[in-house]
Amino acid sequence: MESIKETLTGPIFKNNPIALQILGICSALAVTSSLQVTLVMCVALTTVTAFSNLGVSAIRRHIPGSIRIIVQMVIIASLVIVVDQILKAYAYSISKQLSVFVGLIITNCIVMGRAEAFAMKNPPLPSFLDGIGNGLGYSVVLIAVAVVRELFGAGKLMGIEILPLVTEGGWYNPNGLLLLPPSAFFLIGLFIWGLRSFHKEQVEEPDFKMAKHTVVKEGV
Amino acid sequence: MSSNDSIKKTLIVAFSLCIVCSVIVSTAAVMLKPAQEVNKTLDRKRNILAAAGMLEEGRSVEDQFSQVTTRIVDLRTGEFTDEVEPGKYDQRKAAKDSDLSTVLPSDQDLAKISRREHFATVYLVEDAQGEIDKIILPIHGYGLWSTLYGFIALESDANTVAGIGFYEHGETPGLGGEVDNPRWKAFWPGKKVYRDGDVAIGLIKGSVDPASAKADWQIDGLAGATLTARGVTNLVQFWLGENGFEPFLNNLKSGEA
Repeated sequence: MESIKETLTGPIFKNNPIALQILGICSALAVTSSLQVTLVMCVALTTVTAFSNLGVSAIRRHIPGSIRIIVQMVIIASLVIVVDQILKAYAYSISKQLSVFVGLIITNCIVMGRAEAFAMKNPPLPSFLDGIGNGLGYSVVLIAVAVVRELFGAGKLMGIEILPLVTEGGWYNPNGLLLLPPSAFFLIGLFIWGLRSFHKEQVEEPDFKMAKHTVVKEGV
Repeated sequence: MSSNDSIKKTLIVAFSLCIVCSVIVSTAAVMLKPAQEVNKTLDRKRNILAAAGMLEEGRSVEDQFSQVTTRIVDLRTGEFTDEVEPGKYDQRKAAKDSDLSTVLPSDQDLAKISRREHFATVYLVEDAQGEIDKIILPIHGYGLWSTLYGFIALESDANTVAGIGFYEHGETPGLGGEVDNPRWKAFWPGKKVYRDGDVAIGLIKGSVDPASAKADWQIDGLAGATLTARGVTNLVQFWLGENGFEPFLNNLKSGEA
């Protein structure tokens, strides 16, 4: 029982796929300029990760080593197409905003990373939970980033005005940088910093130490 | 476990996995197709109405769309045509089909679309007396990252803008994406398209000075989106120009369309 809980909640803070494993950064930059779109993306990714883990784990004893990556890709790609089709049918306007990013879940490193690292070696149920857990870990970071970006970049949350903009007759002058993808880098950086201040064991050993400055002597 | 790596096992696994996955994918695609088509048509109708400034919340889009007549215009002659059926004609597909479109010479290709289709779907809004009230024209062209697709609506004088709206684009949210901002779209209604017979409408940098003699043809630019703004100007000028709908609009005014 303890290990099930660990599989499910571990990836949220202790072993966060974005903050610790540094996976899935690309979509974290791309879809976080509005919270609503982010939420749909999080649900889509969590579903795909969970079910691809389940699928891969179910047939893990039959996957030939030589084509295992392709097998994982086929399962992931099929799930992504199904999710994309469902979004187009039932959440058309959001699927239009997400455009290519749903399709790009296929190449999201989290999905494949978990299939390869966890589902290939564990039974279906823990794998499924691991998928959900990692999806949640991804969601936590994305939602945090999206809240900051939409609130301070556009003065809104879920499309509802919170801070009235100067351009609309209010007082808040939005920070346009936050609406551009690079701002997510800064925010994720701050998130990782904060997380590692609490969980000190996540701090990595430095690869090298910086040497002291040496004074350049002028040849006279 | 070693038998897993035999050629036979590899082929069997690969083959059966492909079968299973393709069944799942095609089932989903086929079963959801009707719902997606409904969404697409509704979305298109809503965009057409929104561009004309006629969209009312709380009334069904289908109901509101009943005032609208769909016609096909031959862009080469500027006249209505019955050569293609409005319900079946796919203008986006036609723009890529060499039989249904012409290559634009680069000096005329303002909107950077490289090919222009022969036929365009236009939407006419009629008032109670059957007179044309608004003309809704499809427009598209290249912005900064993407092709913008939208509609522009003109009043019955074929010169005054009634509204504009883009239903598909991939411009930067918050910058070029502000083409979707209702406040910016509100600058368009009432603006004039032609000055002394030439298309003069366009976006400028900054805000329009209402005292300026040209204010009637100018629209506020989009802050931080110079290239998208330029793209919008170009595509509007292209589609309302001689390679776009200008011949049709002239015919319509003189009653010869």
